[in-house]
Amino acid sequence: MSIAIPLFETDHICLGPIDYEKDPEVQARWSNDAEFMRMMYAEPMRPLSTWHIKKKYEEIEKSMDEERTRFFFHVRLRSEERLIGLAELHSISWSNRIGSVRLGIGLPEDRHKGYGSEILSLLLQYAFRELNLYRLRAEVPAYNSGGLALFHKFGFIDEVRRREAAYRDGRCWDVLHLGLLCDEWQRMQK
Amino acid sequence: MNTELLKGNLVRLGAFDPEIAADLFARWNADSEYQRLLDWEPALRFSKKASREWLEKNMDKYFEHAFLIRTLEDDRPIGEISLSVVCWNWGDAYVGIGLGERADWGKGYGTDAMQIILRYAFMELDLHRVSLDVFEYNLRGIRSYEKCGFVVEGRERALLQRDGRRWDVIYMGILKEDWLKQPHPA
Repeated sequence: MSIAIPLFETDHICLGPIDYEKDPEVQARWSNDAEFMRMMYAEPMRPLSTWHIKKKYEEIEKSMDEERTRFFFHVRLRSEERLIGLAELHSISWSNRIGSVRLGIGLPEDRHKGYGSEILSLLLQYAFRELNLYRLRAEVPAYNSGGLALFHKFGFIDEVRRREAAYRDGRCWDVLHLGLLCDEWQRMQK
Repeated sequence: MNTELLKGNLVRLGAFDPEIAADLFARWNADSEYQRLLDWEPALRFSKKASREWLEKNMDKYFEHAFLIRTLEDDRPIGEISLSVVCWNWGDAYVGIGLGERADWGKGYGTDAMQIILRYAFMELDLHRVSLDVFEYNLRGIRSYEKCGFVVEGRERALLQRDGRRWDVIYMGILKEDWLKQPHPA
């Protein structure tokens, strides 16, 4: 046994901190993409300026430091050091050893390349091997079929279906809560 | 138009005053069972001063639609109830309720307060649905919510660790259209 397993990198991607110089401009561009914004956030989508993004980063780092219930990463492509997505474990309750997971890939051309799977595999390893969580949850609106397929692939089970809890494009959508227990994840590791 | 929007058969929903609430919370939190029905974080004790400062600081964030539950009989504050809107564009809010005075449990006060706040959620805030989560060991709560028309929408497995074992959390919801079909709409 060894503790040398890399926590922050796979073949193609790595999890790292915010780059205040370069990242705001990249993420401001993503915010014009309704698909990305609507998959990632419940709030009404709107384009954000670099000023908004920087302010968001500061809030995230402040809450990470003060509350210690959130582990937020910027995902970069290792070959180009380019920011491609966001990943986080959040809403952690230490006494119950539980938390929630979310991730997103900014550009349409970076999707469907397996990066999502690499990111989620790192987040699960981090949650279960480093944070020692007992279980993880994800909340996904039913219109996000890509997100649902990704979580199902990693063994997440549909646990709750909040009927008509989301509203987009003039119709209601259910919101699903998915759950994965540490020992279920453990059994899926070879 | 209903001018008695916040009045039920047994209780009314009154202003949420941080000064009064801080005193009440300090007393209610002495009851660890109350805290363990209400919250998944460890039960703990705060001074009135710390409670008041926390409430004042978080008033807009957590208590925008919060009320003290008062008995119609003698206007005694017996609990608190609040709606937290998840996001306005989706028309969904979580409701939370706590009856701090143990002597007032099992008398229908909570169910009455919940029915009032559902009317408020649908008739005043124009929400589409109301959600709640409840710990599987809170049987009294589950029964009360079912009486108000909430339906079980699933359970998150093994969310809580308490007294040496894991417990599920049950999610319940009620849609406006189903609430309107009940015999007591406003």
